[in-house]
This record gives sequence, C-alpha cells and structure tokens, in this order.
Amino acid sequence: MTQAVAVENLSVVFDDFKALDDVSVEVASSESFGLVGESGSGKSTLLRAIAGLAPATEGTIRVGGREVKGTRRDKAFYRAVQMVFQDPYGSLHPRQTVDRQLMEPLAVHGIGDGERRILKALDEVGLGSGFRFRYPHQLSGGQRQRIAIARALILEPSILLLDEPTSALDASVQAEVLNLLEQVRRDRKLTFIMVSHDLGVVTHMCDRLAVMQGGRVVERLSSADLVAGRIAEDYTRSLMVASGGFRREAQTA
Amino acid sequence: MSLASETRPMTRREWLLSDRPQSRLQARLGRAYMTWRRFSANRLAVLGLLILLALILVAAFADLLAPHSPFVGNLAGARLLPPGSEGYLLGTDDQGRDILSRLIHGSRLTLVVVVLVAIIAAPVGLIVGAVAGYAGGWIDAVLMRLTDIFLAFPKLVLALAFVAALGPGIENAVIAIAITSWPPYARIARAETLTVRNSDYIAAVRLMGASPARIVFRHVMPMCMSSLIVRVTLDMAGIILTAAGLGFLGLGAQPPLPEWGAMIASGRRFILDQWWVATMPGIAILIVSLGFNLLGDGLRDALDPRESGQ
Amino acid sequence: MSALLTVEDLRVRFPTRTGVIEAVRGVSFTLGRERLGIVGESGSGKSQTGRAIMGLTPLQAQVTAKRLAFDGIDLVSAPAKVRRDLRGKRIAMILQDPKYSLNPVMSIGRQIVETLRRHEKVSRGEARQRALDMLAAVQIRDPARVFDLYPHEVSGGMGQRAMIAMMLIAGPELLIADEPTSALDVTVQLEVLSILDKLVTERGMGLIFVSHDLRLVSSFCDRVLVMYAGKIVEEIAASDLPNAKHPYTRGLLNCMPVIGADRHPLPVLDRKPEWAL
Repeated sequence: MTQAVAVENLSVVFDDFKALDDVSVEVASSESFGLVGESGSGKSTLLRAIAGLAPATEGTIRVGGREVKGTRRDKAFYRAVQMVFQDPYGSLHPRQTVDRQLMEPLAVHGIGDGERRILKALDEVGLGSGFRFRYPHQLSGGQRQRIAIARALILEPSILLLDEPTSALDASVQAEVLNLLEQVRRDRKLTFIMVSHDLGVVTHMCDRLAVMQGGRVVERLSSADLVAGRIAEDYTRSLMVASGGFRREAQTA
Repeated sequence: MSLASETRPMTRREWLLSDRPQSRLQARLGRAYMTWRRFSANRLAVLGLLILLALILVAAFADLLAPHSPFVGNLAGARLLPPGSEGYLLGTDDQGRDILSRLIHGSRLTLVVVVLVAIIAAPVGLIVGAVAGYAGGWIDAVLMRLTDIFLAFPKLVLALAFVAALGPGIENAVIAIAITSWPPYARIARAETLTVRNSDYIAAVRLMGASPARIVFRHVMPMCMSSLIVRVTLDMAGIILTAAGLGFLGLGAQPPLPEWGAMIASGRRFILDQWWVATMPGIAILIVSLGFNLLGDGLRDALDPRESGQ
Repeated sequence: MSALLTVEDLRVRFPTRTGVIEAVRGVSFTLGRERLGIVGESGSGKSQTGRAIMGLTPLQAQVTAKRLAFDGIDLVSAPAKVRRDLRGKRIAMILQDPKYSLNPVMSIGRQIVETLRRHEKVSRGEARQRALDMLAAVQIRDPARVFDLYPHEVSGGMGQRAMIAMMLIAGPELLIADEPTSALDVTVQLEVLSILDKLVTERGMGLIFVSHDLRLVSSFCDRVLVMYAGKIVEEIAASDLPNAKHPYTRGLLNCMPVIGADRHPLPVLDRKPEWAL
C-alpha cells in the first residue's frame, strides 16, 4: 500500500513550549487515520504541521512520497491536501457569501468552470443551490460545516485533514456530518486524518488511530483492537473508561 | 407568517430581507439594507448624513445657489453690513463680499480637503497596517516604528512644518494633513489584522495556496474596513478644523479663496464690532464637523465589525 | 417529599426587531432533593430555563410563569433584593467555562471568601478557614497554595473545582449546573462530576444539571427532562432511558457513535414539525 502521509521524528516548539516531541506517524493511501488525545496532547498541532500551518522544528513530513518543508508549500500540495476546521463559526469568512468562498480556491488555482463546480460541490454536501448566495450568519452550525467541507473538496484533494470537525455540533447534526464525510470518502477514495477527543467518533470513522499525550504518541492501534480492549497502555485504557460515561462508585466510600 | 402572505408576490422589503438570496446582487443588497436599517434607527446619525448630503449639494450647485460673487464685493455701498441686510442674508465682510456666497463656495474647498485627505490617508494607513500586521517580524517592526515616528509629533505642528517646507496653498495643506493623519489608521488596521490573521478562515485561505498579497487584500482588509470607515468619519471633523486652522494661520488656502478658516482669520480684526464676519464661517465649520461626528457614531453601530449575526 | 422548586408554565421571550422569539414555551416541573437533568440541543431553551430560575435572564427578556416557587417563596413576584439574597446563598449556579465565570483579577481564595462573607457574618479568619476546607472538599490537594492563585494560573479542571467550591461555600439548597463539564477533557470531566455527585449527596441538595449530552446526564441524574424547541417533550427516569417513548429522545440516543457499535451510516434524526407544536 502506498503512503499518503509519513511523519518522522517531528518536533514542533513554540517559544519554550514543546507542542510535539519526536512524533512519527504513517498513514496509508485511502486509509482513515485517527488522532486521539486530550487538550494539550499535540493532536491538532500535528495536523496543522502537516498542513503547513505550524512550523516543524525538527523531523520530516512526506506527503505522497515527496518531502514538504516550511510553511509555504507549492500549489500541487494544496491541491492534494485540504483541511476542515473545528469551529464552523470561525472557519468561514464572515463577510463573504458561500459563492465567493467556494470560488476563491478555484480562482487561486486558475480553474475555470466555477459555476458548475460550485453547484456540484453544494449538491455533494447536501445543500442545494439555494444556499449559494447566503452569508455565513444565515446558516446553522451544521450547514456551515457542510460549506467548509464543500470548500475543502472543491479542489478535489486526495487527503483531507479533519480537526475535530463535529465537536462543536449538536449530536444529531454530528451524525449527519459524519455520514457525509464517510460518503465523500467512499466516493472519492480519500485519505482521512481525523483529530478528535471522542473515542466513539474516532472508532466510528477510522481504521487505525494514534493516542497522544503531552506531545507524544503513547500508543498506535487499530480501532478493532481498541473496541476489543486489546490495549497496551494505561492512558489509553483510562480514556476508554472515561468515554463510558459517569459511573457512581460504591456508596460505601 | 400567514398563508395569504406566501401566495402574493414578495414585496421589495421581503426580497431584501430574504434569508435565501437567489443572486449575488440580492445577497449584497440585502446586506446593505440590513446595515441601512441599523443605521437609520439612529435619528442623530441620519441627521449627520443629511448635513453631509446638504454639504455635497451646496458644493455641487454653488454657482446656482450663491446670490453674489464670492470674490468681488461691493466696496462702495456694502461693507460690513450686518446679517439680514437687504440682499445680504448673512451680512458682508470688510470688502463688501456677501458672506453667504463665500460660505457656499467655501463648502467646495472644505469638501475637497475632506475627500482628498480621506482618499490619501485612509488607504495608506490601511495598507501599512494590514501588511505590517499580517507579515509580522521585521516588516512589522519597520513599518510600525515609522508609524510611531509620525505619531510622536503633534499633528498641527507637523502639518505646519510640511506647509512651511512646501509653501502655503490648499493643495499643500491637504498633503500635509494627509501625511499627518494616516498613522492612527495604520494602528487600527494592524490591530484588526492581528485579530483576524490567526482565524481559521484565513488559515483556510492559506491552505488554498493563496499568495500573502491576495490574502491581505482580499480577505484581511475587508475585515478592517468597518472600524476604519468609522474612524475616518469621526476624524473628518478634526481634519476640517486642522484645515481651517492652517487657513486661519495663513498657511492654507490663500486669499481671496473663501476658505472658512481663512474667513475667520480675516474677520478676527473686527470681531467686537462686526461679530458676524468671523462667526458665520465658525458656525458653518461647527455644523459640518457635528454632522461628521454624528454620522461616524451612527456608522459605528451600523457597521458592527464583530458581525455577530442575527 | 416536599418540593424544593416548583415551576409551572415558565415562559421566556426575547423581543427582537423581527418579532418576539419564545425561547422557553411553557415548561413545568417540580424538583425535590434529587438530581434532575435537563437535556436538549442548542436552541432548545434548556439553558434559558436554568437562567430564568436563577434570575439571570438578560434584561430585555420577559420571564413569565404561572408559578415559580422556591421553598414557598414566589420568585416571579419577589423583589429584586429577595432574589439577590437567595442567589448564592440558597440557589447557586455553575457555568460552563470557569475562565469566564471567575473574576480574573481576584485570587481564587478571595473570591470564595467574598462569596461567603456576602451571605454570612463571619470573621476573616473563619471565612478563610472555611474556604480552605471547601477547596479541600473539592479535592484540591494543596488548598493553601491554590487559595492564593489567580484563575489564569490554574487548569480548566482546577478552575471548575474552584468554581464549585465558590458556589457551594454558602451551603445552597439548590444547585443549577449549566454544562459544568463540557469545556473539560473527558478524564477530568469524570473527576469533577464525581466531586459534584459526592457533595450533592452529602449535603442533600437539589441539583439541576443542564447538558446537551444525554448519555452523560442519564448516567449522573435520577430523572431527565428532554427539551425540544422550548418545550419538555419527555420526562423519564434515567434508568428507564433505553425505553424512551418520544422519537426525539430515541433519535438523540441513537445518533451518537458508540464504541463497538458498527453502524454505517449513523441513524439521523428526522425532525418532525409536530414535535415543536
């Protein structure tokens, strides 16, 4: 199987704070890979470093076999890798219509036929052409996230980076967006790298996952192993227990 | 909404307020209409707008509106007539010129100063601030220290120095005022840019592969516009006063141009006996400055930069 | 069991430019010394219900109720001073994010002491001692150190514990917790919940737990109210949740991805307009 993304010994240091410490991750082509951890674990930083939004201090990042460096990448990179952000209220430009936000990537890459592509993208994410000229404030959270997905897909990337794409949404809307993501992944044979703090979401969406804590990868395992309880690390186990909900201890204590 | 209202065709208002615009034009007009509704809810702001519109109309039709020539007076029979005299509504000055006519023609000079300063200073400030804020690093340091240098001088003193160097005259006054008034705009634009540059929607545009110039001009600057427009409008009163101040000191418009500040200066000599010569242009400056301030206040509410949505 | 809180036909309306929006549309329930969960999605009116009881509704909102009584005191007609005295002393509220609900320029200890001294006449020394005890009760290991820290110097979980300590110091009888753990990491979430659980049980308080997380609420509370579009669509014992009748409750339970359940695609909620009637 070919590698879509390979990260080797990556460290990211902000001022004095080591956000990522010697992290290595490999993601195969058309695989869905999860990054799990709590706040400060470095899971989002890893995603942003792959995207070129956070500077790598040490280590290498390969995308499609080619090494990428720094925070400026070439156009081919951006056509291959796109990202969906966590907060649907912050990831759309508040003063641009949906139409303009979807047109922008096409304009940057000099792709014509915008009209048809925009309508197709809106259709693909389950919003009709009626949404084309709305401003973000005229959309609900779920609709905004669909627009963000459409914007990421309009350049027809092969790798989609997902940074907690549903954690700001209501449970019922989350289900719709997760279904949509699975659908487009199947249709387009996409590679997913998905960050989440919710084990339920990650095991639902991903084949394999890495558990992160304090800027390091603690454990790599498949979703099936996690579900079956074949867990090597205590930290992973404690996350697993925590996601089971609140349990009242024996009232004797 | 009742059923009846759904069957009849949309009124223009409903079309504008529609949640689901059908075209780019409708989306844009709808947004403009919402801004207008917020703006027009503030009556004082509308008053400010009316004052400004009146100024523009008076300036445009000065030739038709002015009863007399602004330059040539009746030295023989009409010197220093009080307001309300036959044919001279606001009186005449020491050269027998009709003050009303001079004020009407002077509105053109005021408008020229205001517009020129706005179209020179605001874009300069916007570009400097947005570029500094987005680029960061040494570009930011250089541009902002430059801004600080300009900010360190008192505005009028710096303008005086420029006019002294360039020579008196209305064009040089405009240049001097513009040069001294862009630094605050650069600061505002930079502050806005700093809040915007780390947002996810800018990150998304970066991930499209857009060049820094494209990001700054097409995505960052529109977010700075609201606060800048408000600030420029509120500054207009100060600019008019600075221009009048330069005119008063004899460094702005030169005689016989009917510039309001210069008119006050020339009326100063007989302020006790013929008070109207200096007072009338003073009132004109007051009204126009007030108009700009009211307008700026209204714009601040209407163009809420935070855009919280409805 | 006498009711601690009686709510009958509670309505909260917000007048806006385009008309009146009714966020809470006729909510009724009674609460004893028990743990009651209020669950719903964003816009369901669950938070506004909690705020209306607490008297923290925004100024422009209109709150009406046939009856809104706390321990026999009618809250709707009560003068502002009476409500103020109740607030903090007998009814307390914990909000979602401790970052925004603690005063950033006052040390944690001082905030707790201030809260206590506002409601009880105690000496400085005694207030300090009780604040330290309270910090210990929310399982902060080194209360004397945390006492002097400022909110930005502590982690989210620690901040939320301090918040709980502050809210419980005056010994309230009713605690309203609005998404108290949503901003916290899962492992910290459970610690905070178990502290809350212990204190509520020990002190015999009534608890209203407002949350979007149906599973979490049902594992924590005795009884659950499910809200949709400003109304209660179902009231159910937490243990009975798997047998929920209303399609909305069932849909909410179903649409969450569960570890080990292989459901592709996830069932989605088919919202029926009649639910909102």
